[in-house]
Amino acid sequence: MKNRFDMEFIGISENEAFARTVVAAFTAMLDPTVEELAELKTAVSEAVTNAIVHAYPEESGFVVLSGRIDGNTVYITISDNGIGIADVDKAREPLFTGKPEEERSGLGFSIMESFCDSITVTSGLGEGTVITLEKRFGGSKGEI
Amino acid sequence: MSVTKAEKNTLVITADGELDHHTAAKIRKEADNAFSGDTRNIIFDFSKLTFMDSSGLGMIMGRYKKIQKKGGSLVIVSPKPQVKRILEMSGIMSIAKIEPNIKQALKRM
Ligand SMILES: Nc1ncnc2c1ncn2[C@@H]1O[C@H](COP(=O)(O)OP(=O)(O)OP(=O)(O)O)[C@@H](O)[C@H]1O
Ligand SMILES: [Mg+2]
Repeated sequence: MKNRFDMEFIGISENEAFARTVVAAFTAMLDPTVEELAELKTAVSEAVTNAIVHAYPEESGFVVLSGRIDGNTVYITISDNGIGIADVDKAREPLFTGKPEEERSGLGFSIMESFCDSITVTSGLGEGTVITLEKRFGGSKGEI
Repeated sequence: MSVTKAEKNTLVITADGELDHHTAAKIRKEADNAFSGDTRNIIFDFSKLTFMDSSGLGMIMGRYKKIQKKGGSLVIVSPKPQVKRILEMSGIMSIAKIEPNIKQALKRM
């Protein structure tokens, strides 16, 4: 099947659960297993939380969430217009956090990587950040 | 969500529902309010927790650091598979014990 959605919300922490719920409802069309759904929800939570926690140090800005289903593959894009990431390779290293003074484990990107089939990160200082999570589902409806 | 004091200088932190950046902030605040000089051990009751992400890991590690110096123990009660997987991805499984209920957890202190 083919499907898509686009939405925008303000980057406040209340919207982390909201974003997970939207993605879970969208993906339900592919009849995912409990485990597949949990993996995608967790990866989305990491990317959305990063946009809320790291992208807007001054005032909270908008987070754009969009989803696409193509066959049995789901693509979820999380973008912000915030400060961006100067060194993406470094940010993706396990245990790296730009906020050591906060209680952060630096595992967000590692979790996204291990729970999705692939992730792409496009970012630059002052240019905002776009994360795309790609995940294939084994659910039966995906083959139609 | 609740924080209570139990025997053996133990703080029992019960998190139900979903533990993310938003809810971790609330638990952190309540736990640190209840934390006192004689607090030595921490039990996280995750038996009713259905979701956790890296913000939960940060919150657990932050609380553990407070008892680590005192040689206290960290016990996690009954994590569901999704939560257990996230715990396994961090170093927490090597420092925490897993127990099926609070009674057993208190025995480990
Ligand atoms: N949307 C973003 N905008 C700006 N910086 C970001 C963004 N996403 C990630 N980063 C940077 O990349 C670093 C690594 O992100 P990652 O999610 O792996 O760890 P963390 O958020 O610091 O900790 P954790 O996710 O374990 O709580 C962040 O600390 C931050 O510096
Ligand atoms: Mg993160």
